[in-house]
Amino acid sequence: MTGPRLRPRATEIQFGEHLTRLGNLVRSILTSGPAIAWVTVFLLVPLLGIVLFSVLTRGPYGEVALPFTIENYLRLAGFGLFGFDPQYPVIILRSLLLAAGTTLVCVLAAFPLAFFIAGLPGRAKQIALTLVVIPFWTNLLIRTYAWQILFAPDAALTQAAVGLGLAEEGMPLYPSTLAVYVGMLCAYLPFLVLPLYTSVEKIDWTLAEAASDLGADGPRVFRHAILPQVMPGMVAGMILVFIPATGQFVIPDLLGGAKTVMLGNSIQQQFGASRDWPFGSAIALVAMGVVLIGLWLQTRYASQGDEEGPL
Amino acid sequence: MRRIPLPVWLTSILLYVFLYAPIAVVIVYSFNNAKYGGPWRGFTLKWYANLLDHPDKIAAAWNTIELGVASTLVSTLLGTGLGYGLSRYRFPGKRVFAWLMYIPVVIPDIVMAIAMLMFYALVREALGILELGMLTMILAHVTFQIPFVAIVVRSRLVGMDPALEEAAHDLGASSLQTFRHVTLPLILPGVVAGGMLAFTLSLDDFVVSFFTTGPGASTLPILIYSSVKRGITPDINALSSLIVLASVVGTVAVAMLQRPQNAEGGTRT
Amino acid sequence: MTETAGERPATRRALADAPPAIEIESISRRFGDFTALDRISLSIRKGEFFALLGPSGCGKTTLLRIIGGLDLADEGVVRIGGADARTIPAHKRPVNTVFQSYALFPHMTVRDNVAFGLRMKRVPEPRVKDRVAGALDLVQIASFADRKPAQLSGGQKQRVALARALVNEPQVLLLDEPLGALDLKLRKELQVELLSLQRRLGITFVFVTHDQEEALVMSDRIAVMRAGRIEQMGEVHSLYERPRNRFVGQFLGSVNLLEGKVERRAPNEFLAATALGPLRAELRPGDPEPGGAVTLAIRPEKVRIVTDGGPGENRIPAQVEQVIYIGSESHYYARAGEQLFIVYAMNARATTRELQVGERVALELPAGSLIVLED
Repeated sequence: MTGPRLRPRATEIQFGEHLTRLGNLVRSILTSGPAIAWVTVFLLVPLLGIVLFSVLTRGPYGEVALPFTIENYLRLAGFGLFGFDPQYPVIILRSLLLAAGTTLVCVLAAFPLAFFIAGLPGRAKQIALTLVVIPFWTNLLIRTYAWQILFAPDAALTQAAVGLGLAEEGMPLYPSTLAVYVGMLCAYLPFLVLPLYTSVEKIDWTLAEAASDLGADGPRVFRHAILPQVMPGMVAGMILVFIPATGQFVIPDLLGGAKTVMLGNSIQQQFGASRDWPFGSAIALVAMGVVLIGLWLQTRYASQGDEEGPL
Repeated sequence: MRRIPLPVWLTSILLYVFLYAPIAVVIVYSFNNAKYGGPWRGFTLKWYANLLDHPDKIAAAWNTIELGVASTLVSTLLGTGLGYGLSRYRFPGKRVFAWLMYIPVVIPDIVMAIAMLMFYALVREALGILELGMLTMILAHVTFQIPFVAIVVRSRLVGMDPALEEAAHDLGASSLQTFRHVTLPLILPGVVAGGMLAFTLSLDDFVVSFFTTGPGASTLPILIYSSVKRGITPDINALSSLIVLASVVGTVAVAMLQRPQNAEGGTRT
Repeated sequence: MTETAGERPATRRALADAPPAIEIESISRRFGDFTALDRISLSIRKGEFFALLGPSGCGKTTLLRIIGGLDLADEGVVRIGGADARTIPAHKRPVNTVFQSYALFPHMTVRDNVAFGLRMKRVPEPRVKDRVAGALDLVQIASFADRKPAQLSGGQKQRVALARALVNEPQVLLLDEPLGALDLKLRKELQVELLSLQRRLGITFVFVTHDQEEALVMSDRIAVMRAGRIEQMGEVHSLYERPRNRFVGQFLGSVNLLEGKVERRAPNEFLAATALGPLRAELRPGDPEPGGAVTLAIRPEKVRIVTDGGPGENRIPAQVEQVIYIGSESHYYARAGEQLFIVYAMNARATTRELQVGERVALELPAGSLIVLED
């Protein structure tokens, strides 16, 4: 009889497969390898390049040159070459505010929708849900430029606004911050409705009944018995909206114009007409920074504890 | 279920109208017999008919489809491998890589676009290849499609009864045989769903395509954007309506395909 | 772990001489802080029907999976047919498993499911056809060979799982609570079928269950497990008649328990003083050594109810508290002092008088039926 403490060759058995450390590695390379290599080469390495570029300077002919400098970041913080220039801090703030504002408006709009769908009987519920999803799948560009038509000087909405004294006769309702908000709400509402709906669907109404039995009125019932239950879905949706909203380019571009320059537009400018890649990279990194913070918040607050994140 | 209070009903209907207003207005105006847009001047189909006379639009349509098909094929293959590999095997640094693979999903598309642009510029400097054009767009699309395919495939794998693969091994199948005869047939619906998702993402993409395109490689979204910048015309509305119709049909078709999934089994009993 | 020596039926003696089908030496398996198996050793004979019996979480399924190659032990050796199986992956082991959830391939027909193992080993197609037909007949499912698993009932799926495993002619068949999901009647039917199948084929069966009656009905030998250890292992008969401790005694059937102090000790017997009076107990070879304090147990069917009022050895006065009539048997609950005894009596004669509630009787606990427990 051989000693009972001999280590067998396999390090683990998964789903019936005998795997050694080497076996695991080889199989990983064969399956995940190509995809990981691809994304690393085409995206991750360039992202590092962006980091690098952000601390370089713009040469005289628009190329990227030494020396290393933190000038770009200073400019973003407001300290331009000629003293304090609030242009970029304003842009950053405006983008963050827009994203936050969009998130808030989406939350306010998503609640009634989510409750509405959750309250429908079986088949109608599926249809209502699909109806929310369909615009989500149609081209964002098309949905956005359509608002230009809806906000044209002679359109019904514009006339109504004129009637209310909110706009001048003969002028379209865009470009304006309002138009951008409308466009953003239209684009991002489904992003928030879906996760919120999943939470609303699972609400245990007996808690609300108990609360009102105990004498709580409507708003208090909502705050103490309902809101905590939908928190996970709501927060998930909020992050799902906030992150892409900060870097949104098309909507401010089509509905905002020169008065509402956002991070997205600025990046496009620096990589397009202005040809200041180092500066554009710095802006891009700021946008990424917001994204990463949002992601970190999401993994901390995730309603489903998946150890490896969403993947 | 619970009765829905009237204010909730009303707000919801309004919101639905709000969500569909842009789509509706584009479709309606595509039938408007007015050359420069503006108020309604009668019903006509001529803008649709006109589309066929514009070679640039037809070329853009072909480009869009070519881009979509090519990128989807590559990304589905790579993404399926990624989804499978991450859920089954271990390697040092796996957790970090899994997290990194999620970046194309959350990154703002403009940042992704300039990253690719930079990559191509550097490659052109160093190796003189990769001029901007169809190839560069395909490469870029694959990059953001991969994680989406991986997520869909992975969720399908997680829902699969692990005992099935164990049974296959127990009965004498090697790893490769198990994958071919048991795993793959059962995750195939997920692979297809992932592929369709990738295809849709490619068709709808504007920003990444805009930055990585080259002469002669315009796609429909790029075409629409350039036109809109110059002023909305009815034939753009006609084109957009067709695209919207295609998306709606596609989404509904995918939704219907997903439903008979459970009858086939393969999910936890 | 103790192998309790008991009376071995003559038929099994021959098999005991063949090399063991499965040998397990000091196997341990941990999941983080939780120890699922703690230095388990046992040996399963060729051709026997062996049961791993225990409550949930005792490690019996883990052990089964380790034998099948679906899980890896942290320490210890598994030998199948004499060969060290630790470096042999599941698909090369001459062992097949019937899963608790059946794990039938949903996208294949019954026929393809059963043929799977043979096809993977590249058996030529004509042979596959023959063997599959044979297996289908064996479990009587030939008539639904072309259906898909989703169209089958629980019992039918179970048979397919069996056929799929048996068609490969394994050395050992592992069964993980295969009858758990079936209703009572079907379960009893299949218990008998499985038993006769095993006898016919002569294949070693290793069977995991938490149902003690099932284990008693079907197995030759049982290993009773708890919390990763084997409490007792041996022939069914000896396990039932001579349980080693309270756990085994109570897991396999019912027992009446008595505490006592040993007063006098002789080579094959001893006298214990209990709250209900002095009791003489006989000792057999292999029984645990009674210390100062001793726990005695007696099976309900061994207790004799005596109504003649006379004296006798090991007689305890008691009063009947409850009578449960089950037709062929009557179960009595009789109180003696602080203790409530369960007694099973066969209604062997049509004229046997049934006891009344409240009746005063004497319970006779035969010295040879008193079991000494280790705890």
